[in-house]
Formats: sequence, structure tokens, C-alpha cells
Amino acid sequence: MSKKDLGLLILILVVGAVVAIINPRFLLPINLANTSNLIGLFGILAIGQAFVIITGGIELSVGSVVALLGVLFVDFIATRGMGWPVALPLILMLGGIIGLAHGWLITRLNLQPFVVTLCGLLIYRGVARFYTADGTAGFAFGQNFPELEFLTAGRSYGVPNSFIALIVIAIVMWVVLHRSVFGRYLYAIGKNEEAAKYSGIRTGRVVMAAYVICGVLTALSAIYFAMYTRSISPASHGQFYELYAIAAAVLGGFSLRGGEGSLIGVILGTVLLQELQNLVNLLGIPSSLNFAVMGGVILIGVLVDQQWSVYRERRLMLEATRKGAAGAPAE
Amino acid sequence: MCRLGVRFGPAARIDEPCKGRQSADVARTAHRLLSGMMNYSDASIGASTIAPFLSLEGVRKTYPGVVALDGFSLEVRPGEVIGLVGENGAGKSTLMKILGGVTTPDAGTITVDGVAHDGLTVEASIGSGIAFVHQELNLFENLDVAANIFFGREPLRAGPLRLVDRTRLRTLAAPLLKRVGANFSADTPVSALSLAQQQMVEIAKALSIEARLVILDEPTSSLPLAETDKLLDVIKALKADGISVIFISHRLHEVERVADRVVVLRDGMLAGTLPKNAINHDQMVKLMIGRMLKEREKAAESARPPGAVALSAKAVRTSAYPDRPVDLGVRRGEILGLAGLVGSGRTELARVLFGIEKSLGGVLQLDGKDLVLGSAADAVANGIFLVPEDRKLTGILLDLSIAQNISLPNLPAHARRSLVSARAEAVTAEKQKRNLGIKAPSVATRTGTLSGGNQQKVVLAKWLAMSPKVMILDEPTRGIDIGAKAEIYGLMRALADAGVAVLMISSDMEEVIGVSDRIAVMHEGQISGILDKEQFSQENVLLLAVGKQPK
Repeated sequence: MSKKDLGLLILILVVGAVVAIINPRFLLPINLANTSNLIGLFGILAIGQAFVIITGGIELSVGSVVALLGVLFVDFIATRGMGWPVALPLILMLGGIIGLAHGWLITRLNLQPFVVTLCGLLIYRGVARFYTADGTAGFAFGQNFPELEFLTAGRSYGVPNSFIALIVIAIVMWVVLHRSVFGRYLYAIGKNEEAAKYSGIRTGRVVMAAYVICGVLTALSAIYFAMYTRSISPASHGQFYELYAIAAAVLGGFSLRGGEGSLIGVILGTVLLQELQNLVNLLGIPSSLNFAVMGGVILIGVLVDQQWSVYRERRLMLEATRKGAAGAPAE
Repeated sequence: MCRLGVRFGPAARIDEPCKGRQSADVARTAHRLLSGMMNYSDASIGASTIAPFLSLEGVRKTYPGVVALDGFSLEVRPGEVIGLVGENGAGKSTLMKILGGVTTPDAGTITVDGVAHDGLTVEASIGSGIAFVHQELNLFENLDVAANIFFGREPLRAGPLRLVDRTRLRTLAAPLLKRVGANFSADTPVSALSLAQQQMVEIAKALSIEARLVILDEPTSSLPLAETDKLLDVIKALKADGISVIFISHRLHEVERVADRVVVLRDGMLAGTLPKNAINHDQMVKLMIGRMLKEREKAAESARPPGAVALSAKAVRTSAYPDRPVDLGVRRGEILGLAGLVGSGRTELARVLFGIEKSLGGVLQLDGKDLVLGSAADAVANGIFLVPEDRKLTGILLDLSIAQNISLPNLPAHARRSLVSARAEAVTAEKQKRNLGIKAPSVATRTGTLSGGNQQKVVLAKWLAMSPKVMILDEPTRGIDIGAKAEIYGLMRALADAGVAVLMISSDMEEVIGVSDRIAVMHEGQISGILDKEQFSQENVLLLAVGKQPK
């Protein structure tokens, strides 16, 4: 765990302690379970986003994809009678295809990620609303899918399964990002795509793969969100979720320029964001201030981080000149 | 892994300077010949009697723990061209900072026009007429020449809006441009100018503040052969106007051509001063590094005759000159120098050979078999490697460690079940660090903290750790100091001796002639001729570069 991540963890614990002192209900099992469920849902989204951000890209269509794929999933299993073991991989595949399309447009046709995914944001939202004719997609009364509900909205030993899913995904993705060849390529491309290309890396494929990973994880979380809310109004479902994901990554130490950030960071970022939401509810802060609180905390976090790295760089440079002095006479 | 087992270093090379020296002599004769033609030989007789414009005495500057400059003294007389040379880290930039007023010395005096100061401020430096032209051009490409010269000091029209008076701007700029011998007008957009012309704009900018001393920091490092001559002409014109010039360059033959006096810095101290008649390449090098340099001469000797053609381009067309097919073949075991003016299509050809750029026609062949390159990855898979022109942008990743840079092109070989093994990376990197003499605390050091020469060695190391068949080097020693240069030449020769086909693109005449086994010259997108060793001369290269027949 890097110093940055450790700092974030301490911040989370301190905020948690303060909230717990003011309002002990923070520590009630039901509250913790609810919050960790939300952490699971948003965490899966944020990991996907992190893979794109690490390449220096951005994925703005996440919220709309959550709405579109959520609508489709509910429609497939509730009204079209498709078995969920068929519908689930189908939805994941659709997510992958959306990611592939974005990656292809960005790497092969050289469009800017912001533009491509902004268009995606508009298109998928529109398609979702059209698909249900602006109605709400949901389950009929008495319609039950016990296994699916257990996996998505259920609990094991009091821990929400969505949170467990996040932990499993996080471990796998940590290995991919921080230990695998592919992960190294992602970092290299994020730092300097040209230099990576000149080192013989097929940068286009790597970037495309990042968008596919993001698409698949978004699809997975879309299913979780659908099973959590159980009814989806496509006009508002998942709105701003891309911003939650981006905010979590930024809080977790990712640079939007790419090449920086850790998986632990993005998870901790998600935890902090959900903790703040919870704080707003528990401390009786008007919920209309929700976004303002989040924005303020992110801004402060980024500022502190920035100032800290400036300070550290200066110290490193001083050390280097001192060391250089020791080595110089030998020349 | 390093299957080549290339080992090099000063001790490992055999001393066989005879032929090399001969070719160096030829080069020197050519210098003189050209110098005579271009009239750079006027001596500054009587200059010593004129009072100096600027003098430094006993200047000392230390940074926390480092003595950057110690007991340094220098006199600059009006109309004098001083060549300032020294390796990277010798104290040149500290001296520049002191003259520019960016930093003040710890001890010593700076006398400007007879008035002694303990140190200059930026305002005092500008006020006394000291102007800088930096290596990196600081021009706004989207503005025209006049706007660049007077940027921030534009003449304004009367009225509340204070609009820029464009007409006056241009009339003010015109005489300045004339003084630097510009063949373009004040309303030309900077983006339309060549590098040398942009340098002229920078100099005109310096003149616009009534400069009396112009300090040129490596002005020719990015200029090709013919353009360099233009710039040297400008220096001569400045001198004729009584303006002093301090000319900093790693290209010693240019210093040789223009300087009235050469000041050599080594480890922050004045290593020596050479008067006009004592300025020559070997003396300067000796003072700079404190010993005679032989590696360059040695680098010119190939151990074995060249083999079959490894990589060839047949009627290949590139984006530089889409209508002109290029034919070129580089043989195993030779260093083929590729000379030519900037913009003659050399870099584009290299990019096509490396698969970064799609060729617009023609065929590439590797060992006689047709080769289709869809990307750089294809070239790398075929053993064709490129050391690109822009080290920091495309050569290495400054934020990654030495080991991570070296393993990057061959990462799967440093991984088990596609998980990277940091140990395997370190083993490869340590080996390369030893073989190439990369100076760094450890292989985990960030490459961004290394000197230019060591960064270039990292670029080379990542390819040497694999097994190159063809090595293309685009301006391999630009901005690198002379010691590291010699090592890189030695390395290129070792590669060629191991049977690798080496293609070296270079705008440095000395380098092209000193290092190559054959020289191909490009002119407007085509190979205008290939010179064999006995035809090597600056004149022949220049003639081919402008499309004429060699002698």
C-alpha cells in the first residue's frame, strides 16, 4: 500500500470515527451493511473507470450504460422469459461490445475519448428511454429469482454479496493492473503513448482492451444496480454514475492525464465517497447539499495531494544535490 | 536477453588509429577549404587593446554541496566571438544563469562597462544588453515574425482600446531582420520558417533589445548542415557590428570555424583558453575531458568486411515526398550513415523502416524476403529496432525506472504466466547497465533523473537486451556530451562487428564522416548518392545534400 493510499485510509477512519461519535447509528450493522452494499455497486463501476483513466482516457457513458443494460436485463428476464444464466452473460457481452466500439473509435479512428463517450452518454440514455417508451422496467408482482437475488442483493454472514463480489473483482484486477504484462503496458501507455508505441507495444489493442474491461465491469454493476432497485426508470436511473466513478478514481490518486493510480486507491476513493453520502444522511445535513459536500471534499483532497507532492519533490531534489556533492569529487 | 554479448569500453577496444586519423585529416582539410570559401578566417587582431565590455573575476557559485563554478574569470571584448565548450555538468549553465541574472555568485565580481557588481539581476542583465538565444526555441508558431520579435513590447495605437499597431510593428522588425541576413519578411508566420530561420528570429529578438552581447546556447544542435552555415554567417555579421557573441556548442568544428577565442570549462573551473591560432578539435577535447580522445577514430574501423544486405527499401515512398521512391539497402556488419538536410525525408524513411509510419508504396525486404510492417511491434518482432530522434518524447518513458524501460519491448520474456517478474527485469537491466556503463545509483532509478547520455544508453540497452538484426539510430548523439558520444560510437561499432546492420541518421558532419563505413545522402526524398570510404569529405556530402554530383 502506497503512502497515498495509507493517507486516504486514515482519512476514511478519522471521518468514520467523527461520524460515529456524533451519531452512533453509523456503526449499526444495518447501516454498515447498506453502505457496504453501495460501496460494492459503485466500486465495480469505479474499477472499470480506473482502467480507462490509467490510459489517459475517460468513460463518460457509464451512467447511461447502467440504465440501458439494466433495462435490457430486467426486460430479458422479467418479460421475455429468458433464464438469468443466459441473460447475465449476454448483458456482460453487450457491455464488452460497447467498450470495444468506444475503444475502436478512439484508437482506430483517432477520436477523443471525451467526445466518443459523451456521445455514448447521450445515445444509450436515449435508446434506454425509447426501449421502454419512457416507462419503468420492473418485475411483476410475485416474480422471484432466488439464486440471482441471493447473488446480487443477498448477504452471507451479514456481509452483502455485492461487497464480496467487489472484493473478489478487486483482487483479480489488482493482479492484472499491478502485476501483469498487460497492466505494465497500461501504465506505460498512460505515461507516454508514443514512447510505448516506439517500444513495440501494440498500443491500440491495449487501449481497446481497457475500454472492453470497463464495459464488462459496467455491465456487471448494471445488473447489480437493477437487482438492487428492482425497478428502473430509464430517464434517471444511473444518472451521474460516471461522475461517481471518476471522482472515486481521482480521490484514489488517479491522474486524468493517465499513468498514475492504484487499485487500492480507487476502492478507498469509493469507500470515502459512500461514507460521505452516509454522513450527509446521518448528520442531518440537508440532502440537497449532498453533491456540494462531495465536491468540496474531493477538491480539498486533490489540493492536499498536490501540495504534498510539490513538497516531496522539493525535498527529493535537495537530497539529490547533497548526494551529488558527495559523489562529485570522484569524477 | 543479450545474446550478442556486446561488451565495450575504452579498454576493450584495439588501438588502430591510422586510417581513422587519415579520415579525420581529410575532414579537417575540408573544414579549411570550406572556411576559406566562406570567409570565416578573419583574425581579431588588436581586439585585446579594446576595453572589455564584460568581465568576470574569481566567480564562485555553490549549490547545496556542489561547487558549480569556482574561481572563474572571463573577459568579453566588443565584437569578439567566444566559443564556450565543456561537457554537460561542467558549469556552462551556471555561468549562463549568472550572466542572465537568474542567480548571483557567492564570490567574485562581474564588471559591466567598467562598473563592478557582486551579481546581476535579470533587469540589470537585460539593461546592460546581454541577450540569450536558447537551444530550445521560444517562438509562438501561430504568430508572425514581427509579433514574435516584439512580443510583450508591441507598439500600440492611440485610443482607449490600445490596439497593436501592426504596420509599425513590421517597419520596426524589418531592419532587425536585415541585420541578421534574413531572407524572409516580417509578416511571415513562424510556422513557415525553417529551424535556422527561426534561430534568426530569436537573434533578431535579441537585437531588438539593443543587445551588446548575444549568448547562443547550442544554436546548431538541431540544425542540418547547410542551415548551420547560415547561422554562422549571422554570427559573423553580429561581430562586424561590434556585438560580442558567446557561442556554446558541442559541435567543435563549428566552434573552430567562428570563435576568436575558445574558453573551456571542466568541473566548474576554467580548464584553459585557446587563442585563435591554437583552436583545433583535439586541443579542445583534451581540455574538456582532460585527456586525448581516441574512441571516435577507433569507432571508424570495422573489424570485418560487410556481409549481405540485411534490410532494403525498394521504391519505397514516404509521406515526406509521396511521389519520390527511395531505394536503400543496409548491409550486415556495416554502419551506413544517412546524411541530408532536415526535411529531406530521412526521418520519414526511418519511421517507415520501423513500421511506425505506413509506406505509400514499394517493398521492404529483410534478408531478401519481403517484409510487411503494420506497426512498430512487427518491426520489433523482426529484429528491426529504432533509436528515435526525440529521446524524451519517443525514446524512453521518463517516469519509469531503468529496468522497466529496458524490459518494456520484451516484457513477455520477463514474465511467467503473463505476470511480470521484477527479478528477471532487474537481472537483464543490471547486465545492460554493466555492459553499457550506464551511470545510475541502481536499475530502479527513474530514467528522468539521468543525464542525456545515460538516457540514450537506456534506449540502446532496451534494444541490445534483445537480438537486433537491424539497428536504426536517428541523431543518436544529439545533445550528448563528448565522453558519452564516444561510448555510443564504440557501441555502434561493436554492434556492426557482431553482424548487425546499423543505419545512422545524422546531421552532424563530423559524426557522419567519422563513424560511417558508407554514407548515403538524401536530397528531397531520394538518395542522391552513396559515398564509399575513400570518397568521404564534407564537401562531397554537402554537394550530394543539395542535389549536385560529388567530386
